[in-house]
Amino acid sequence: MNTGKRQRYNLMKQPSLLLILAAALVLAAATASAQDGPVTGGRIVYGSLSDPAGLIPMVTSDSASTDVQTFIYSGLIDLDKNLNFKGDLAESWTISEDGLTIAFKLRKGVKWHDGKPYTSKDAMFSYKFMVDPNTPTPYAGNYKKIIKAEAPDDYTFIVHYKEPFARALLTWSLSQLPSHLLKLGEDPRKSPLYRNPIGTGPYRFKNWDPGSTLELTANPDYWEGRPNIDSVVFKVIPDLATQFLELKSGGIDQMGLTPIQYSRQTNDAKFTNSFRKYKYLASAYTYLGYNLKEPLFKDPQVRRALTHAIDKEEIVKGVQLGLGSPATGPYKPGTIWYNPKVPRFPYDPELAQKILAGLGWEDHDGDGWLDKDGKRFEFTIITNQGNTQRANAGVIIQHRLAKIGIKVELRIYEWTAFLEYFINPGKFQATILGWNIIPDPDLFNVWHSSLARPGGLNFISYKNPELDKLLEQGQNVLDPAKRKVIYDKAQVILANDQPYTWLYYPYALPVVHSRFMGIKPAPAGISYNFNRWWVPKDQQRYQLTP
Amino acid sequence: VLLYLTKRVLAMIPLLIGITLISFITMHLAPGSPTDLATNLNPDISEMAMERLTKLYGLDKPLHVQYWNWFTRLLVLDFGNSFSPDARPVIEKIAERLPVTISINVISLVLVFIMSVPIGVYSATNRGSFFDKASTVFVFVGFAAPGFWVALLCMIFFGVYLDWLPISGLTSLGHEALSFWGKIWDYAEHLAMPVLISSVLGLAGMSRYTRASMLEVIRQDYITTARAKGLRESAVIYSHAMRNALMPIITILGLSLPSMIGGAVIYETIFAIPGMGKLGFEALMGRDYPVIMGVLVISSVLTLVGNLLADVAYAVADPRVRRR
Repeated sequence: MNTGKRQRYNLMKQPSLLLILAAALVLAAATASAQDGPVTGGRIVYGSLSDPAGLIPMVTSDSASTDVQTFIYSGLIDLDKNLNFKGDLAESWTISEDGLTIAFKLRKGVKWHDGKPYTSKDAMFSYKFMVDPNTPTPYAGNYKKIIKAEAPDDYTFIVHYKEPFARALLTWSLSQLPSHLLKLGEDPRKSPLYRNPIGTGPYRFKNWDPGSTLELTANPDYWEGRPNIDSVVFKVIPDLATQFLELKSGGIDQMGLTPIQYSRQTNDAKFTNSFRKYKYLASAYTYLGYNLKEPLFKDPQVRRALTHAIDKEEIVKGVQLGLGSPATGPYKPGTIWYNPKVPRFPYDPELAQKILAGLGWEDHDGDGWLDKDGKRFEFTIITNQGNTQRANAGVIIQHRLAKIGIKVELRIYEWTAFLEYFINPGKFQATILGWNIIPDPDLFNVWHSSLARPGGLNFISYKNPELDKLLEQGQNVLDPAKRKVIYDKAQVILANDQPYTWLYYPYALPVVHSRFMGIKPAPAGISYNFNRWWVPKDQQRYQLTP
Repeated sequence: VLLYLTKRVLAMIPLLIGITLISFITMHLAPGSPTDLATNLNPDISEMAMERLTKLYGLDKPLHVQYWNWFTRLLVLDFGNSFSPDARPVIEKIAERLPVTISINVISLVLVFIMSVPIGVYSATNRGSFFDKASTVFVFVGFAAPGFWVALLCMIFFGVYLDWLPISGLTSLGHEALSFWGKIWDYAEHLAMPVLISSVLGLAGMSRYTRASMLEVIRQDYITTARAKGLRESAVIYSHAMRNALMPIITILGLSLPSMIGGAVIYETIFAIPGMGKLGFEALMGRDYPVIMGVLVISSVLTLVGNLLADVAYAVADPRVRRR
């Protein structure tokens, strides 16, 4: 659920490979299945943009830490390759009729990396850890909704909620922490586990050379069986260009490519022989958001006209080199929450002009720009520095809108200044940004009117009482079928109102060295079955030394 | 001599305080704060959590109070703990990184010195020769080319195309298992590109200075006298002219320290070398105030010490300075 320091959940600059959840497969590279079956051994090297902050989950929020933690820890539940829930440390679970109680039956025989058994004591501890005021975690909110937690025996863990909480189950992918090694009330960042973690996951911590490398080694006692690959190494390489060169020279084995790297810089024989490229829709979208406090954008008809005037296909081609797909709403096509039957406003500049003319926006003074009551139709789009895709999309939009007589200025600001002076206080006219799409359909944080305030995520100030009601309902319903009805309606409302012009869903473009076998792309991406990847003996570059 | 040194060291103190004060203020004037980066645009984080973080870091206090707190801790050499989630003591983080940066800088400084002096002297004594012209062109190209660009080109050429040198990092995987000489060789391979690039860029300026100062010295009367005495040309150049020509070079070497530390930020980030430059860069991006201040203080001290050493070396080399 976490993706990236200053770009988590949302404004991702590059998708974190390990965490690409929910993805529709577009290209399945046929894996050359070597004659012999999976064998153990080998090593995979990842490039990481920064050193992990620490290795106790939920205390950190940077992607580098999360990437490493995923290998070391496990939660009660997990998502499978189709993004459905599956048991991890919980063998099974039951949700009560009223949706207020979840009872987990824990798996027997699971061991911590130090050999101690995993029991409900640890589950209880992990919960208490999250709600303890001394735990410096930003994620306590989800667990404060629990009114009572109990562990009647070693392998049962029950939680009670005050009111139905739709995302409850998902929050139990919470990494489990060892109760025999941590203490409540102490700063976990001072614990030795922060830099020398003990978990229940498929890999054990081996060695950390701060600022340069971190090494994990296969856990022979992992409950699902020992992972095939012996060793996982993270190399800190803060520069993306350097990472790409390291990939080319064989220094790292997997990374996410940019569209230009994918389509233009990785086609030589040397590269195609040693790497396999994948592409599938990433769980993210890029949008043009209109500040609805601006009188210019108050009328939904104007916003629909603007969407008609923007050629999304052209943006996908120009910005993503075709490696993306035009977007229509906040969910990803191919997932159950996506509603294909929403009103669409396809590219049609004449219609756009007609709608605007009907509202009084015409070129009265003959200067080439639309005007109304002596005021020209002009506005400024802002976006953040360091994301060429967004800047380029802005240029294309500027060009298209100029064609129908709307004058657009484009400004690019440094990230923190961008947030602090423009987005958070809501002082902008329009902005190009992106959100990550999470597995849960809850849209409350971005679209509810209560969050249309300085610092809230609804910084475009969209307020619709009808949608508010749906979003409130959606948070309290657990039945997926009922939720689907609610969020389908919400999508229709959003599409009709066009508070954003949804631009495109980018593709995730991971590339993996071809010696890794067993990669099977699925809606969840490629990393979901990492434990079953393997390297043929003759291509292993690393021997496990006792 | 001792009095001179004491005076110089004492004069450094107000300078250092001034530097920290100005940097502290500019740092806080920059948009964004350490709490923003963890909490901005993140729906999972409640506002209470943000307030708690602000209080935890003491960012709710007025600026002068914050500075005073920081400063009083500095007096006992306590740089505080990092704001980044690892929360480690700043001094520990810097101590881990400092040796790498210093060794790279010292190696390249030495390289710059041994290469630029002969180049400068030779260009000066053979003014207008092909070598002089070629080195002039080379030096200007070196001076003008952006370091990161040269670095990337070298990485593509030596790392990907020729596959001779490793592209980034300080050690290979499995470094621990190597023999002593294997380790040294491993370091050498990894440092070859960064050291060479940073010294070529330094070389540009330095060889020009040497050439200019050499040209000036050669025109002096005492050189004419030396020649008139019938000394061999090499003796004239190397023992009479060069000694005097090197005087300004000492000062310039001392002054080039800050720019080298600045350059470290760039090439340490590109080459993924875990040095102080990279630490400072990361801290800056994360608005990790204690680490930024720590790096700043350490590099200011280094710079001031470098200047002091240059002055001392100058005094040793030139009796006139000592007498003043």
